[in-house]
Amino acid sequence: MSVRESAKAAVLPLLLGACQYQHYQSDFGGAAVEDRQFLTLFWIFIAVCAFMYVLVIAFLIAGIARARRVDANIVETGRHHHSNPLMRSTLIGWTALIGVSLAGLAIASFFTDRSMARAATNQKLSVTVTGNQWWWDIEYNAADASKTLRTANELHLPVGVPTRIFLNSNDVIHSFWVPSLAGKQDLIPGRKNDITVLPTRVGVFRGPCAEFCGLQHAHMSLVVVVEPYADFIKWWDHQLQPAPQPTTPLALAGYKYVTTGPCSACHAIGGTPANGQVGPDLTHLASRKSLAAGTMPMGEGNLYGWVEDPQSLKPGVNMPTIGLEPGQLHAVVAYLETLK
Amino acid sequence: MSSRFRASCILLLAAAALTVSACNREEHHSRAKPIGENIPAGASPPTIFPGGGSPPPLDARAALYDNNANAIGKGQQLFIQMNCVGCHSHGGGGMGPPLIDDQWRYGGRIDQIATTIAVGRPNGMPAWRGKLTADQIWDLAAYVRSLSGLPSKDAVSSRSEGMSAGTPQTLTPHGEIYNSDSAQQ
Repeated sequence: MSVRESAKAAVLPLLLGACQYQHYQSDFGGAAVEDRQFLTLFWIFIAVCAFMYVLVIAFLIAGIARARRVDANIVETGRHHHSNPLMRSTLIGWTALIGVSLAGLAIASFFTDRSMARAATNQKLSVTVTGNQWWWDIEYNAADASKTLRTANELHLPVGVPTRIFLNSNDVIHSFWVPSLAGKQDLIPGRKNDITVLPTRVGVFRGPCAEFCGLQHAHMSLVVVVEPYADFIKWWDHQLQPAPQPTTPLALAGYKYVTTGPCSACHAIGGTPANGQVGPDLTHLASRKSLAAGTMPMGEGNLYGWVEDPQSLKPGVNMPTIGLEPGQLHAVVAYLETLK
Repeated sequence: MSSRFRASCILLLAAAALTVSACNREEHHSRAKPIGENIPAGASPPTIFPGGGSPPPLDARAALYDNNANAIGKGQQLFIQMNCVGCHSHGGGGMGPPLIDDQWRYGGRIDQIATTIAVGRPNGMPAWRGKLTADQIWDLAAYVRSLSGLPSKDAVSSRSEGMSAGTPQTLTPHGEIYNSDSAQQ
């Protein structure tokens, strides 16, 4: 591969990424107040550290050049450095510079930390995100219990509204990290952590689990959709609706299998007898962008593969390979596709 | 051959033997094999053989699940998730019979326990066939068997797979008796 081709190969994915979702997963996304604060802190650290680094290297080079010039056979007396006033003041200045830089960095991180802590007391919306091996359980808390919404793996946030996300875990430690928005904050079993996010830009962002949590840690990601407030409320109201009744005979057969067979032992579908609480809620499964916690995009083909043999797509996942017969599989996928 | 060389050879062999023996307990299989009818229909319990028949030989799949740490761990999760604790408590029994003793009404072999879970038993035990896959039923059977201390100790986890309601051991003050249900659910 020529140099030009290599450069193209390196740049192309970046360009493609930019086309579809800008800053889909990027620390430099700056799509939320929290991320921008972190970014400011990051640049302060980079500037201070880069300045010190350049200074050290400059002194080093100067030192090497100087040693070459000076006769190496001069016997060091030991008092040599102390007798040189220039060296003395340089050393004092150098120490002071280090002290001031470190203090500056400490103060900058202190203020960033404080402003994030202040934001935590100002939430307008509260969501509980519970980590599971290997998916995200999401519950929107509302004062009106009939508005409480349970969904999975796709977090919708209104732009410009400070949202407090409570973090909990059902099994092992996971970590909430949406690089473009906020994080990281751990989800610890038996403890209630929280993080506040104030998104400032509409977009779709990815949040991978940031704490190794077992076999399928790499396939545990959260899709975060930041949208205008009106769209968000529309989404919420839609998600509160029970699953639509199947209309075609095939979907009806799928409905019967899903609600009476092994699926219902773990999954809940609103408005049907399926009410298992162990796995992700499937009420509006087909309206989500991804399948199996960001493992693959939502679509008919992937649904077929996932329902038939989850263990080959995400080995070790708690969803078992049932071994559906082709007729059952067609029916189940036809039904799941109606769950818009 | 020097004696030191011989000693190291023996040590190496011993280590290799240990490694091989540890393989079974850690083996992961995420899919029941063969897929299809996995429930041992023939493994009827000895107690209901009129005139004292003898039970059929142990199901070949038992070797995949018995004494397998992964199966026991998954079974423990399922035991809580599928609300077995509702009747059996954490093995101590309640509405259902206790599982931590050595009394088995319908047989204590792993294939017999799997049959009991799959087809259900009179007076309340529901049939799980069709709700759980064969693989999951075998996992549960492996865990239920571990409750009465039947599998080898190295395969059984010393900690709970599920969430503990008690204070973490590390946070318990010195001298206080650790009294929680998490030790062996």
